[in-house]
Parts: sequence; C-alpha cells; structure tokens
Amino acid sequence: MVLVFAETWKGQFKKSTFEAVRYGASCAQMAGSHCTALVMGACDNPSELATHGAENIIHVSDAGSFEPHAFAGTMADIAQKDGAKALVIAGTSNGKALAGILAIKANAAAISQVIALPESMSPLTVERSAFSSKGLEICASKAAQTVLTLIPNAIGMTEVSPGAGNLQSAGMSGTALAVPGEQTVASGSIPLPEAERVVSAGRGLKAAENWGMVEALATVLGATTACSKPVSDIGWRPHSEHVGQTGIQINPQLYIAIGISGAIQHLAGVSGSKVIVAINIDPEAPFFKAADYGVVGDAFEVVPKLTEALKKHFA
Amino acid sequence: MKILVCISHVPDTTSKIAFTSDGSQLDKSGLQFVINPYDEFALSKALNLKETLGGSVTIITMGDVSVEQTMRKALAIGADDAIRLDAEPTDPIMVAKAIATAINDASYDLILCGQESIDYNGGIVPGALAALLNAPFVNACIGLEFDGSAITAIREIDGGKESVTANLPAVIAGKKGLVLESELRIPNMRGIMMARKKPLTVVSADDLEALSAAQSFKKPQAKAAVQLIDADDMESLVSKLHTDAKVI
Ligand SMILES: Cc1cc2nc3c(=O)[nH]c(=O)nc-3n(C[C@H](O)[C@H](O)[C@H](O)COP(=O)(O)OP(=O)(O)OC[C@H]3O[C@@H](n4cnc5c(N)ncnc54)[C@H](O)[C@@H]3O)c2cc1C
Ligand SMILES: Nc1ncnc2c1ncn2[C@@H]1O[C@H](COP(=O)(O)O)[C@@H](O)[C@H]1O
Repeated sequence: MVLVFAETWKGQFKKSTFEAVRYGASCAQMAGSHCTALVMGACDNPSELATHGAENIIHVSDAGSFEPHAFAGTMADIAQKDGAKALVIAGTSNGKALAGILAIKANAAAISQVIALPESMSPLTVERSAFSSKGLEICASKAAQTVLTLIPNAIGMTEVSPGAGNLQSAGMSGTALAVPGEQTVASGSIPLPEAERVVSAGRGLKAAENWGMVEALATVLGATTACSKPVSDIGWRPHSEHVGQTGIQINPQLYIAIGISGAIQHLAGVSGSKVIVAINIDPEAPFFKAADYGVVGDAFEVVPKLTEALKKHFA
Repeated sequence: MKILVCISHVPDTTSKIAFTSDGSQLDKSGLQFVINPYDEFALSKALNLKETLGGSVTIITMGDVSVEQTMRKALAIGADDAIRLDAEPTDPIMVAKAIATAINDASYDLILCGQESIDYNGGIVPGALAALLNAPFVNACIGLEFDGSAITAIREIDGGKESVTANLPAVIAGKKGLVLESELRIPNMRGIMMARKKPLTVVSADDLEALSAAQSFKKPQAKAAVQLIDADDMESLVSKLHTDAKVI
C-alpha cells in the first residue's frame, strides 16, 4: 500500500498534491497494491482525489492548523495500520517539515528530492536530485517502509486510471508540540516552489521602480515573479522572491531570467526548470550557457517587446 | 542558554561537482569544503543568543577526520566546543540517530540546524532529530525570538510566512533571516588562534545502520547549446516557446 499526504490550502488541494497522489497511484500500480490519500484539516471536496488515482481517501477533518509532530504522528499511525510501504509527500514547506519526523515515527527510511518514478518498488529504488541539481543519485531504501519527498513540478502529472475514492474519516492521533500562529500570505500569484512559469530579474534592472515591466510580463504569462539574491539584499524586492542556492529552489516549466548574470549559486536554484530563457545585454553572460533560448539585448527594450508578442499570441 | 548547532561539511557552492569514474561516489579531489551555508546562519544566531542570554554553543558534525578543518572554522567563528561523530554520514536517519544518541543526557535548550545541506540536499536530519528528542520542530525558519520561557519562530510557508510558538528544548532548521547576511560572523585572527585549543571530542558512531544507500551518481545531461534569438524578433521567441518547447 502507498500512503500519500494530500496537503490542502484553505480547503483546496495544492497542485503539488495532485502530482503526489498520481505519483503514489503509479507506485501502487507498480507494486500491485493501491493508493490511499490522507487529507488533514478542512477540505471542500476530498473525493476530487479519486480522479488522480486514489483508491481510498482518509479525511481527518479535526486536524486543525498544520503542526508537524501532530500531522506526522497521525500519518505514521495510519501507515502502520494499513501496512503502507511507501509514504509519499510533496516537497512543499509543510511537506519538508513532515518528512524527517514521519520517517522516525513510521520507522522508515527517508529519500528526499525525488524526481522520477521508482526504478523498483522492492527494494524501493529511485532517482533523486543532489548537489543542488548538479548531480543525480540512484538511491535504494534498506527499510521496510520509506518516506519519499518529491520535488514539486519535477515529475509532472503521471498518467493514472481513476481510483474508487472510498471516503473514510479518521481522528487525529498525533500530538502537537508547538503552537502554530498567524499566517501572512501574499495573495494572488502561485507560490514559487509550485509555479509553472517564473519571470525573474536581477541587478541588471538597476532600480526597484523598473520592476513594472517584469510584472507586466509575468501577468501575461500567468507567471510568478522572482529575483536574484543581490536584488533582495538591496531591498528592491522582498526576500520571499529570492531564488537560488540560498533562496528558494524552483522547478517551473518556463523560467525567464532578465538582467541576471547566471552565477553558479543562482543556477543552483533554477536549473530544475524545463526551459530557460535568458535576456542579457552582455553576450558573454554565463547564463547563456545554461539557457535554452537567449536574447542578447537591453532588457528595457526586449521585455516590453516580448510582453507585446505574448499578448498577441494569447489573444 | 545551552545551544547545539549541527554543522554539515559540504563542497563550496562554486565547486564543479564530479563523480568517480564508476559513478559510485562524489569525487572529492580538488574540492574545497566549507560550513554548509544554511548552517552559518544557525551558528551566527547561536552566538548572538549566547551573547545576550549567556550559556554556551557546542557544534556537532558527523564525518571522518577531514571534517575537523570545517569544525575548527566554526570554533574560530566563536563556538565553545565541538563533537565529531566518527562515521560517514551516508544516510540522514543515521545522522539524526547518531546526534540524538550523542547528546542524550546533555540537555541542550536549543538545537539549531540548517534548512538543508547543499550536498545531498535532503532537509531530513533536523526533523528526524526533533522526532527522536520529542522536541518541537520548526523548519524553513527565517526569524527566531526568545522571551525568557518560550520561543517565537517565523517560518516560510509556500507563498508567505507563519509564526509558531514553542517551549524549549526545540529543534530549529533555519536559513537566511535567522540572522541577516550582514550579521554573518567570520573568523578573526584571535578566533583562529583560540580555536586550536578549544575542545573537540571524537565519539565513535559506526554502530548505526544506514536505512538508505546511494547506488550510483551521474551528472545531469548537459543542455544543448543556447538558441540565440534576435532582440527585435520576439515573435519568433514566442513561437518557439509555443511550438518547439511547448511551454506556453
Ligand atoms: C554562498 C553564496 C550563496 C549565494 N546564493 C545566491 C542565490 O541563492 N541566488 C542568487 O541569485 N545569487 C546567489 N549568490 C550570489 C551570486 O554569486 C551572484 O552574485 C548573483 O546571482 C548576481 O546577481 P545578478 O545576476 O542579479 O547581478 P550581477 O552579477 O550584477 O549581474 C547583472 C547582469 O545584468 C546584466 N545587465 C545589465 N544591464 C542590463 C540591461 N540593460 N539589460 C539586460 N541585462 C543587463 C549584466 O550584463 C549582468 O549579467 C550567492 C553567492 C554566494 C557566495
Ligand atoms: N553530517 C552531519 N553532521 C551534523 N549535522 C548535519 C549533518 N548532516 C546534516 N546536518 C544538519 O542537518 C541540516 C539539514 O541537513 P540534510 O538533512 O542533510 O539536508 C544541516 O543543515 C545540518 O544542520
């Protein structure tokens, strides 16, 4: 049996949750077993997970706010009762908080940064990303249970047949050790780790007030905005937008880098992107070595033109 | 406050990563090793807390004798003493178990870790350690205050922030924000001199079983050469993104 943590946000499933449930369903198919999704907390429509391959859906409606010990304890108890061999988690901020605790409570091995379906279910053997995407590792579990943390967007929506979606309810059995408090969330755009399209700019833009054209480009694309480290250090953009080795690691389908040189520490956080477009005035900028498409030119001319061309395309 | 900082010894961020020709492990030759960048924030935060509250800062690292050079750097930055767990840190659960065992009766008030180590990028060790110690856990921590009896931590959640309160002892996995980058401490001459004499205890840890093992490593496929697009022809970029790359 495969058990998947089906994370919600304000009662809705995250996109990374669907990816994780489909991943779990594919693992279950390989192992000749079934996939159970565990939903904790308020959820508008748990049954939605059936179309993503969940055979069983367990809803713990009284879970309250996310607290890693409480959630991991409950998930471990359910895993043990159902004999789950693989415990699948999307590597969001909460998912990562859960993984290590869950591994101990479920007496499991932990394999993080997973980027592909398992090569084998027994022993569980799977490809993961290492060294900030500079290496790929095939890792094998030596334990009877294994926690797998997936990099969001890296695997995509695997093809699955719908599951029965048998809905059951359960109670919390884990104990909280901390008290979650107030949340502040930027409204509107999709969080960077989950974003499919990201438009990012660097020191080449010269001043905070020049970000209007970056936002305009992001808006046409339905993209989330990001920035290089110096840009957030100077305070042109919030720290929450800083991507790279020491910032957020992203895995979008499309990454557009404007006026960013392409330093190795920046690339470490973005090289999981499927397609990279670099726009830079300097033909020697290192980003051109890492990009799929390059535009040598002044961002202040190129970006508005690109925005116009996209508007025409989407019209 | 008695603080433990878990420090992992990793290749410098600018390193070119290569694997041995049989793909079995990282080729360490010519690599420069440093304190894991996230752990530097944890260490500086620990030293700030010690300055305001008193107490001590101990660092702990699992690794063979070669990690001692990184540990000495942490001592030079200002940690009081160090524990080296003598084993190869091949599996995160093994590392967490070894740390938990080694500090079992030392009753630390606060355990500070980095959000993840940039070598194998797992982010598993801190949570596993919290579970073993049955201590509150906050990950992606970008701010930490102590008010005399409890901590208030700010953590990054996808697209925002959340505040969390907990009693000590607690395990925190943090990153930039724990301290500002400008507050990161660097060793000075006096620190380097003193570090040589600070106690570094070696504890054997090779009796623990790894729950996972790397079978092989390889480099990701190199990208094909960049396709340059004329700066005046953004229509053709859009059409390539649509037709060839299929991302719009
Ligand atoms: C331990 C460590 C960790 C780090 N972590 C990160 C990290 O997580 N993320 C990160 O981003 N960096 C990180 N860095 C910093 C990194 O090394 C680079 O310094 C940084 O990425 C450079 O940012 P930038 O490209 O915006 O600025 P710059 O290097 O100043 O580059 C600006 C670019 O803009 C171009 N440009 C100028 N004018 C124009 C114009 N009109 N139109 C188009 N292009 C123009 C220039 O040609 C240049 O390539 C880290 C460094 C260290 C040492
Ligand atoms: N070998 C190790 N020795 C001591 N601490 C470690 C070790 N490996 C990881 N850690 C700690 O755990 C954090 C997360 O590491 P990881 O789970 O390996 O990504 C690091 O930032 C360190 O604080």
